[in-house]
Amino acid sequence: MRHISVTVNGARHEADVEPRQLLVYFIREQLGLTGTNVGCDTTSCGSCTVLVDGKSVKSCTMLAVQADGREIITIEGMARNGELHPLQKAFHEHHGLQCGYCTPGMIMAADSLIRESDNLTDESVRLGLEGNLCRCTGYVNIVKAVLAAADETRSAAAPAPAK
Amino acid sequence: MAQIAERYVGTQVLRKEDPELITGQAKYTDDLSVPGMLWMYVVRSPFAHARIKGVDLSKALAMDGVVAAFSGADLADAWIGGLPMAWPVTEDINNPPHFPLAKDKARHQGDGVAVVVAESRALAKDAAEAVEVDYEPLDTVIDMEAALAKGAPLVHEEIGTNKSYTWTLTNGEIDKVFSEAPVVVKERYRIQRQIANAIEPRAVLAQPTPSTGELTLWTSTQIPHIAKVTLAAFTLGIPESKLRVIAPNVGGGFGSKLQVYAEEALALALARKLGRPVKWTEERSENYLATHHGRDQIQEMELAADESGKILGYRARILVNMGAYLMIITPGTPLLGAFVYCGPYGGEAYQVEFTGVFTNTTPTDAYRGAGRPEATYAIERSIDALARRVGKDPVEIRRMNFLPPFTEPTPSIGGLSIDSGNYEATLDVALEMVGYEQLRKEQQARREQGDLKQIGIGFSTYLEMCGLAPSRVLSALRYAAGGWDAANIRVLPTGKVVVAIGTTPHGQSHETTFAQIVADDLGIPYEDIEMEYGDTQVSPLGLDTYGSRSLSIGGVAVHRAAQKIVEKGRKIAAHELEVSEDDLEYESGKFMVKGAPDKAKTIPEVAFSAWTAHNLPDGLEPGLDALAVYDAENFVFPYGAHICAVEVDTETGAIEILRYVAVDDVGTIINPQVVDGQVVGGVIQGIAEALFEEAVYDEKGQLLTSSMTNYLVPAAPDVPDVMIGRHVTPSTTNELGVKGVGETGTIASPPAVVNAVIDALSHLGVTHMERPMSPERVWRAVQSAKGGASK
Repeated sequence: MRHISVTVNGARHEADVEPRQLLVYFIREQLGLTGTNVGCDTTSCGSCTVLVDGKSVKSCTMLAVQADGREIITIEGMARNGELHPLQKAFHEHHGLQCGYCTPGMIMAADSLIRESDNLTDESVRLGLEGNLCRCTGYVNIVKAVLAAADETRSAAAPAPAK
Repeated sequence: MAQIAERYVGTQVLRKEDPELITGQAKYTDDLSVPGMLWMYVVRSPFAHARIKGVDLSKALAMDGVVAAFSGADLADAWIGGLPMAWPVTEDINNPPHFPLAKDKARHQGDGVAVVVAESRALAKDAAEAVEVDYEPLDTVIDMEAALAKGAPLVHEEIGTNKSYTWTLTNGEIDKVFSEAPVVVKERYRIQRQIANAIEPRAVLAQPTPSTGELTLWTSTQIPHIAKVTLAAFTLGIPESKLRVIAPNVGGGFGSKLQVYAEEALALALARKLGRPVKWTEERSENYLATHHGRDQIQEMELAADESGKILGYRARILVNMGAYLMIITPGTPLLGAFVYCGPYGGEAYQVEFTGVFTNTTPTDAYRGAGRPEATYAIERSIDALARRVGKDPVEIRRMNFLPPFTEPTPSIGGLSIDSGNYEATLDVALEMVGYEQLRKEQQARREQGDLKQIGIGFSTYLEMCGLAPSRVLSALRYAAGGWDAANIRVLPTGKVVVAIGTTPHGQSHETTFAQIVADDLGIPYEDIEMEYGDTQVSPLGLDTYGSRSLSIGGVAVHRAAQKIVEKGRKIAAHELEVSEDDLEYESGKFMVKGAPDKAKTIPEVAFSAWTAHNLPDGLEPGLDALAVYDAENFVFPYGAHICAVEVDTETGAIEILRYVAVDDVGTIINPQVVDGQVVGGVIQGIAEALFEEAVYDEKGQLLTSSMTNYLVPAAPDVPDVMIGRHVTPSTTNELGVKGVGETGTIASPPAVVNAVIDALSHLGVTHMERPMSPERVWRAVQSAKGGASK
């Protein structure tokens, strides 16, 4: 067993983990945060995507011990003070989910994508989400939702136009 | 004052399902844990066909944290019968036994041979690796035609053949029509095997209550009600009243969770044996071997026609790969398409023959569209072949063969009575949307220039039958259960409404759609209506979700239950307002005295009165709730026109979809955003069928496409946008006028894409493409057409 200290959604956790424990199972089974899902065993589907120090990571590809000392955000940490994150709102408004299983991972990957890109287009959103599979929506509404959330994030962040 | 009520049906209401799904609070089966829970792991055969000579569990049992381990032989007494098969399509069908664990012989790669139970997920897996199985590998049979040849290795020796059944449907004088027709086209198509890839793998949690003998099973399934009856009565032999099945949030199904699986039976049997909860979660690589596959047919399709291309007869002879065992509707799956090999076209004679074949592969069963994508592919490819033969455009050949528009039930040569249809109208809309004339001009120009990138336009004007199903029809087809569904509406004393439904959603937006219906019927705000589902204790009556049945069966049951609420409410309102029932008008949740609309009672007011029971009409029971069970008289028949425009690189074989237009008529629309979501999702899944996806076995029965790294589930950059058009002819089958929309996309799109690629290369002499149309296959088709030598 190894001792780790991880901050998850703003809360610090101290835990003993098996060295072989994957980060996703640490999050799901030790912390009880089951919003992060597992859809494959080959790092293909992206359902388990979380933010590690602000960047999207497939948490089935990382060991819990590698998360020692780092800051993690999961889907449960996206809404703040009862207010949905712009991506959560946009997925709802644009019907960007059906069964919802890929959605947490998709939202986390999209959050990282929006923060890393200046000018997202239909094509760049599609390329940016290449590592996340959805079997229900055919992606069209996911792309719409991400573009809408990017717009909202940008207009919220932009300074008021100078006169 | 009567006010204009807000209407919900037909409007884009945001989904009720979303809040818990977008915040990570939704619970799927693997998210659940209960105190004392053990983990199960299934040991699977690495061989496709092998005698099991011995199973040594001793090393596994000696490991710390391992609670129990069993071979198939050890558990033989846990079952009163095998896993259920509910559709013996012919009287003489061969249906060999299929137990949750194989005892003597493994018949496909991934067949379960032993099971281990331990204190944690990791320990169970470690222990499973310590189980030693002594296998004697046997000759395998993978190809269907080889399986039917004399001397082929037998998947099930005891039946002496690899044939399961032959089922035939004949309408009209088929032999006469074909022998006298001036034109006959004969085509051969391969419908490749696919893996559904619901993003949530299966998961099961079985909890026993030893003192009462009760068992609760949480499982990622489309069919909790069917699983309950079949597991209790046919596999485990426990009183049905002691088994509760719950499908919590389910992360996609696409038919793959329309099944009663070995792991459900195993978890229940072990929970019962050990007196502790048992959980199992599928790994994706297991999913590829142990969750049923879909499609897998070899089709011979013939059309008889006159010189002008008017179709006279349809004849299909089809081999269907059952895999190693018959699962719940394995043999019946092709029959769901048996009546639409004629598409929306006319004719004089019709014959379809299916032969089910056993092979050493994972069993097949329903996959989104189930039987109808295969049928649609056969007719939509072969009608293009006919067009080429008689020198007609694909649009013209379709127009001249369409059944004329109708709004009353009309017979088809496939043997069905179709609810309503206007086939040419959807084609007209689609042609306009895609810019057909312009595309043909561009195609001509590129051909004349000898451009390396050629353009093709492909059509699919499909006819679907869905809304499974009229129980009497199912009986005639030898299906073991019915096709009705149920809804129980309870108007609570505070005016809030709870509806228990018998269909089981896994992404299709039942909560939203059904609440829209109830909101309009009862004049209750959408926000005040809740759906309960997926739990045999909470909504005990139901037959679950598959075959695009939920709205056209379950939704109609919801509507009928609401009508019963109104009927009872009218009695209470009339009594309280001191008028006769005939003196009341009902509109949007309000009973108003005719000529004096100020004298009125709303549904919530009536519900409160029904609860206090202080002033009810004599003999009327207190409470305002109603149960409706609806069994349809007929199927519903969505149809439409899909057009795909592609650009094909004749040097590399790469295909780019330039435009994809889907114009569907799915009857009355409840929620346009939800309907469009279903259409797009299905179309993309069908495009992937045409371009990317295939489960490939080698000759030894090893699945070569064994994970998401080499079975191509498309990601966002791989697939196009979809342009959606609409046409509405209300169904005459039900009073809501609704059809079904869950499967239109996968039914319609594969032939549109393949026809487009063939059209792009037709001037080079290409008349056929195998699917999925990989760049290599396209390139080879071009080379072989050019040179004729590289075949």
